[in-house]
Amino acid sequence: MSSKILLNSQEVNIILHRLACQLIEKHNDFSNTVLIGMQPRGKFLAQNLTEILTNHYGIENVALGYLDITFFRDDFRRNDKPLEANKTQIDFLVEDKNVVFIDDVLYTGRSIRAALTAIQSFGRPKEIELLVLIDRRFSRHLPIQPDYRGRQVDAFNNEKVKVQWIAEGASANEVFLLSNPS
Amino acid sequence: MKELSVNHLLGIKYINKNDIDLIFEAADQFKEVINRPIKKVPSLRDITIANIFFENSTRTKLSFELAQKRLSADVISFSAAQSSVKKGETLIDTVNNILSMKVDMVVMRHSTPGAAHFLSRNVNASIVNAGDGAHEHPTQALLDSFSIRERLGEVGGKKVVIVGDILHSRVALSNIFALQMQGAEVMVCGPKTLIPRYITSLGVTYEPNLRKALEWCDVANMLRVQNERLDVNYFPSTREYAQQYGVDKNLLESLNKEIVIMHPGPINRGVEITSDVADSQQSVILDQVENGVAIRMAVIYLLASKIK
Repeated sequence: MSSKILLNSQEVNIILHRLACQLIEKHNDFSNTVLIGMQPRGKFLAQNLTEILTNHYGIENVALGYLDITFFRDDFRRNDKPLEANKTQIDFLVEDKNVVFIDDVLYTGRSIRAALTAIQSFGRPKEIELLVLIDRRFSRHLPIQPDYRGRQVDAFNNEKVKVQWIAEGASANEVFLLSNPS
Repeated sequence: MKELSVNHLLGIKYINKNDIDLIFEAADQFKEVINRPIKKVPSLRDITIANIFFENSTRTKLSFELAQKRLSADVISFSAAQSSVKKGETLIDTVNNILSMKVDMVVMRHSTPGAAHFLSRNVNASIVNAGDGAHEHPTQALLDSFSIRERLGEVGGKKVVIVGDILHSRVALSNIFALQMQGAEVMVCGPKTLIPRYITSLGVTYEPNLRKALEWCDVANMLRVQNERLDVNYFPSTREYAQQYGVDKNLLESLNKEIVIMHPGPINRGVEITSDVADSQQSVILDQVENGVAIRMAVIYLLASKIK
C-alpha cells in the first residue's frame, strides 16, 4: 500500500476557511441552518468547520448534529461482517430547517442517499445541501453532487482517499491517496 | 468489524461475553432509533421472520413483533391454538412448511426445554429462542442485564438477587448465565420448595431470608409466581408468599441503601411487589419493556447479517 499526500495541513486549513466562508455567504447567521456531520468520518470535518465559524467568524450557536446511516444503507447482508453503527446525535428539530450534510469524502453517493432517507426520521427539512472536503470525480453510482467541495480528486477504484484529523489522534489534518499496487 | 459467534440465539449458555457486548452496542444505537419521531429503519427489508408461539405470550410476542417491524422485516405470526399443530402435525413439519414460504428466521416459544435447539439442528433457518419451558429465555436475560447496565453503569461487580420461583423459571436460569458471564455476583432467594437442588452448582448462593438478600444486593429481580406451572402446593398460600417474599415500600425504606427493583412481568401486584414499589423511582420495570424492543432489534439485526 503506497500513499501520496493530496493535501497538507496548511492546504486543508485554507480549504476549511473557504468552505466556512461559502457557508456564511449562503446561510448568514445560521439562524435557520443546521450542520449534520455524517458518522463516522464526516463528524471531524463538521467539528472543524463549526469551530472556525464560531471562533474566526463570530457565528454563535451553530446547531451541529451527527447522523449515522448504518441502518439505512443498501448493502446490508452484502458484506462478510455486520455493519457497525455509530451514534446519531441530533438534539434539535430539522423540520423546515436548511440542513447541510457534511462528509469528508464523496465517492459513490450511496451514503448520502442513505442519509437523505435517514434524516426524514427527524422531520422534513426545508432544504438539504451537501458539503464535502474531497469529491472523487467519475465514481458516482447515483446522481448526487456536492454543493460545496473542498477539492476535486480523480482516483482509480483501487485507490482510497484517506482524511486524517488531529481530533482522532493524527499529527496533522491531512489528506492522503492510498493505492494498492496491482 | 465484529460479528456474533453463533448463527442462532438458543440460550445465553451458547454465547460468550463478546457476543453480549456486541448485542449491547447495537442495542444502544437501536434505543436511539426507537426514540426518534419516526422509529423505523429499512435494514431488514429483504428478511422474512416467522413468530411461532406454542405457549401464551403477550409482551415477548409484542416486543419481538415490534422489533421486527421497526427493522422493516416482513413478519408472519401464529400461535399454536390456531395452527395445524392442533391437528397432529409435528414441530419440524410445521416449521418446514413455513420455511417453504421463504422465511429466513424463526422466533419460537415452546413448552418443551430444548425445542429451539432441536429446531436449529433440523431446519435451515436462523432460530431465536423466545422461551423453551423452564430452560432459557435469552432475550429476557439480555434486556435485564442491559437495564442494569443502563441504571448502574455496568453489570460487572454488581450483586444481583433473583427472588421467587427459581424452579420453574427460564428467566432465572438465563439471568444467572448472563450475569455471571459479565462478572456479576448472583444470589437466589425464595421458598426452599421453589429452589432447584442443583442451584449452588451454578455458582450462585442461596439465601432463604428476603431481608438479608436485599441488604446484600444492588439489584433485586422479582420473579412472577407462575401459578400456571405450580402443579402442587409449593407454599401454603399466595398471601403467605407475599408476606415472606414480597417487597413493599416499608421493606425498601428500611434498607440503608437504594436498590434497583426489576420484574420480567407480568406483575402480580401485591404478591411479588406492591404497587408503590412497582411505580417507584427504584423500579426499572418499564425501562425493561422499552429495552426489550432495542435488545430484540439488536439480536435480530446481528443474526440477520449472518444469513447468506
